[in-house]
Amino acid sequence: MNDIVEGLWQAARLVVTLDSDLAEITLRSLQVTVTATAIASAIGLPLGAWIAVNRFRLRRAVIIMLNALMGLPPVVVGLIVYVILSRSGPLGVFGLLFTPTAMIVAQTIIITPIIASISHQAIRELWADYHDLLISLHATRRQRIATLLWDGRRALMTAALAGFGRAIGEVGAIMIVGGNIDHATRVLTTAIALETGKGDFGLALALGFVLIALAIAVNLALHMLSGTERGSRW
Amino acid sequence: MMFKTALAAFSALWLATAAGAEELKMAVTTSFANSGLAEVLLPEIQADTGIEVQLLVVGTGQALKLGEAGDVDAVLVHAKAAEEAFVAAGNATHRREIMYNDFIIVGPSADAAGAGGAGSASEAFAKIAGTQAPFVSRGDDSGTHKAELAIWKSAGVEPAGDWYRAVGQGMGAALNTAAGMDAYIFADRASWLNFANKAGLALVFEGDPALFNQYAYLPVNPEKHAHVKGDAAKALEEWLVSEKAKGLIEGYQINGQQLFHFNAEAM
Amino acid sequence: MVSPILPLMLEDVELLRGGRRILGPITLTVGGAGITVVMGPNGAGKTSLLRAMHGLERVSRGWVLWQGEAEDVRARQAFVFQTPVLMRRSVIDCIAYPLILDGRPRREARKAAEKQAEAVGLGVTLSAPASVLSGGERQKMALARALVRSPEVLFLDEPCANLDLHSTAEIERILIAARDDGTRIVMSTHNIGQARRLADDILFLFDGRLIEAGANAAFFAGPGTPEARAHINGDLLP
Ligand SMILES: Nc1ncnc2c1ncn2[C@@H]1O[C@H](COP(=O)(O)OP(=O)(O)OP(=O)(O)O)[C@@H](O)[C@H]1O
Ligand SMILES: [Mg+2]
Repeated sequence: MNDIVEGLWQAARLVVTLDSDLAEITLRSLQVTVTATAIASAIGLPLGAWIAVNRFRLRRAVIIMLNALMGLPPVVVGLIVYVILSRSGPLGVFGLLFTPTAMIVAQTIIITPIIASISHQAIRELWADYHDLLISLHATRRQRIATLLWDGRRALMTAALAGFGRAIGEVGAIMIVGGNIDHATRVLTTAIALETGKGDFGLALALGFVLIALAIAVNLALHMLSGTERGSRW
Repeated sequence: MMFKTALAAFSALWLATAAGAEELKMAVTTSFANSGLAEVLLPEIQADTGIEVQLLVVGTGQALKLGEAGDVDAVLVHAKAAEEAFVAAGNATHRREIMYNDFIIVGPSADAAGAGGAGSASEAFAKIAGTQAPFVSRGDDSGTHKAELAIWKSAGVEPAGDWYRAVGQGMGAALNTAAGMDAYIFADRASWLNFANKAGLALVFEGDPALFNQYAYLPVNPEKHAHVKGDAAKALEEWLVSEKAKGLIEGYQINGQQLFHFNAEAM
Repeated sequence: MVSPILPLMLEDVELLRGGRRILGPITLTVGGAGITVVMGPNGAGKTSLLRAMHGLERVSRGWVLWQGEAEDVRARQAFVFQTPVLMRRSVIDCIAYPLILDGRPRREARKAAEKQAEAVGLGVTLSAPASVLSGGERQKMALARALVRSPEVLFLDEPCANLDLHSTAEIERILIAARDDGTRIVMSTHNIGQARRLADDILFLFDGRLIEAGANAAFFAGPGTPEARAHINGDLLP
């Protein structure tokens, strides 16, 4: 209990004094996770919509795969990305291991199935509503997907936020592929792991509270930007 | 529109992190990183040589693996036999001893096993094993773990059983576990002094030369991995063995205690 | 004007669903101009027939042949569904949507949609979400959306089912105007009076089969089958 109070207090102090290390790792957390979420959304949202709209032979298999991949253990993803990006691995020449890019790759792999799966679910319902109209209006395949993505944007934003939430709090994979290098790849979650390791629970908790606040702030900001609060009428 | 704003904000953020200094990646052990010495040395290294040293804090086993794969430019660890094998295999050009610190035995302040009264580290271990007092081991193939195993060996004890808990984690996590269980643990002095969550633990045994812990610097062989920054690694080595480094290393203290002893020799 | 898509010919069309024949075999031609009204009791197959004509239902046997074999022949038709499809958009954007698909600039599409909404008597705030519309307003919205592309053939499945008398009269006026403009209309209705007022031709379906087809006057003057007679007299069928 003492630790929690101390953690809250320390978090407040770090934020109020605009601690430069804290600002740096917080920004990096955002940078890595926002990029990963953007890439994963760019892949996952259309993929989910495409699977919802098209009938093809392996459709069921793909859906089952996606659902299974949602539970992908981050450490395993981290390990695989590590082995691939290592200098002695197949993509070693790019020298990406222990860079923010490697962390983005790992997080993208972890959250793309989540985003695709949730968006597939949402788009499938919308497609059931829109099917006859879109066929009747002779919308092209592309137009159908674009329409579904646009009209389903609220549900899709939820999908993207679910991905963001998973990624921002993820530590296993980015610890492995990022290496938690100070001033290079250290982010909030790996810093928390580090401080916990040092037994500095107060600071670890403080960082934890900053992480939670950050997640809430991003959610709030997006909802406000997109006006969801006004939008219960849809 | 919103997307564009986000994109612009994002790319600004992205570019802000691209720095100019020459970067050198060095794998070091947890015990070294936890000592806090790096925070003193790295800014000086950057100021003097222009090299931004990026530390990968891992166990000795993984540190050597990183060097072998060419994922880092240099390695700073403390496991002599493994280091020599590493050089023999052509993974590093050579091995350069820099400094040493020491290991200690930490345990419940009541010290029911009486390890504090032992004459040597192996005797202390034998006493702990004799009373089957809980003992937390790193169990992660790290240099500290290897040193611990060596002492068990010289004590003639095969550590196993309910009382011996191998946690497979870093020094800090292992210390947390020991604090939670009120157990004995083999630790490096620096990690112990920096450790904040001491709970009911205390230093129970120290000073046996068998506990000395030699750190050596291994520049990764550029002939094996062409991308390795051999020149920067050389410059770093020269700095590490310099008089200035000696002053900083010997002068580094935690709670009034000196941690490291500089012992690099001219080549 | 591009080549016409009419006449539409159905040859031995059958729809089998769930092991049951729900329509056919039907052979008929829809050509020329005017309004064809499809009648028949609930479950007779009116919706299925209209959907098959429009290409929304794959036929199990036979052929649905449009004169123009062009790929986009369906885009030159429009369909007003029995239950209007609401998009999660504003009323104006729902109506403008077909024009947006055609690649028309948004501003222009909205302008046309506004006009069309006025033409069908949709007197609501057009910027409101479509989901706030009442049942009758939804049908008017769907009609406006169907008309906004100026289709050559317009299918309507019970377009006045939820409308009051005033709105029904308004819609009938619009349909007559559309017909006079050359739009070929095929619609279903349960409203006998409406069929009398609007139809040039009648198709009478019973249990999936087309049991009568003829001009309005002839059909109402003396339906040839007992089922049709009973239907227009409002008798309960055996
Ligand atoms: N996909 C389907 N599978 C099984 N049966 C179907 C299917 N589609 C339609 N039917 C059946 O076919 C019959 C005709 O349906 P349809 O909707 O065409 O009737 P309708 O004449 O439009 O009736 P209503 O006046 O009630 O609208 C009904 O009995 C219906 O249950
Ligand atoms: Mg019907």
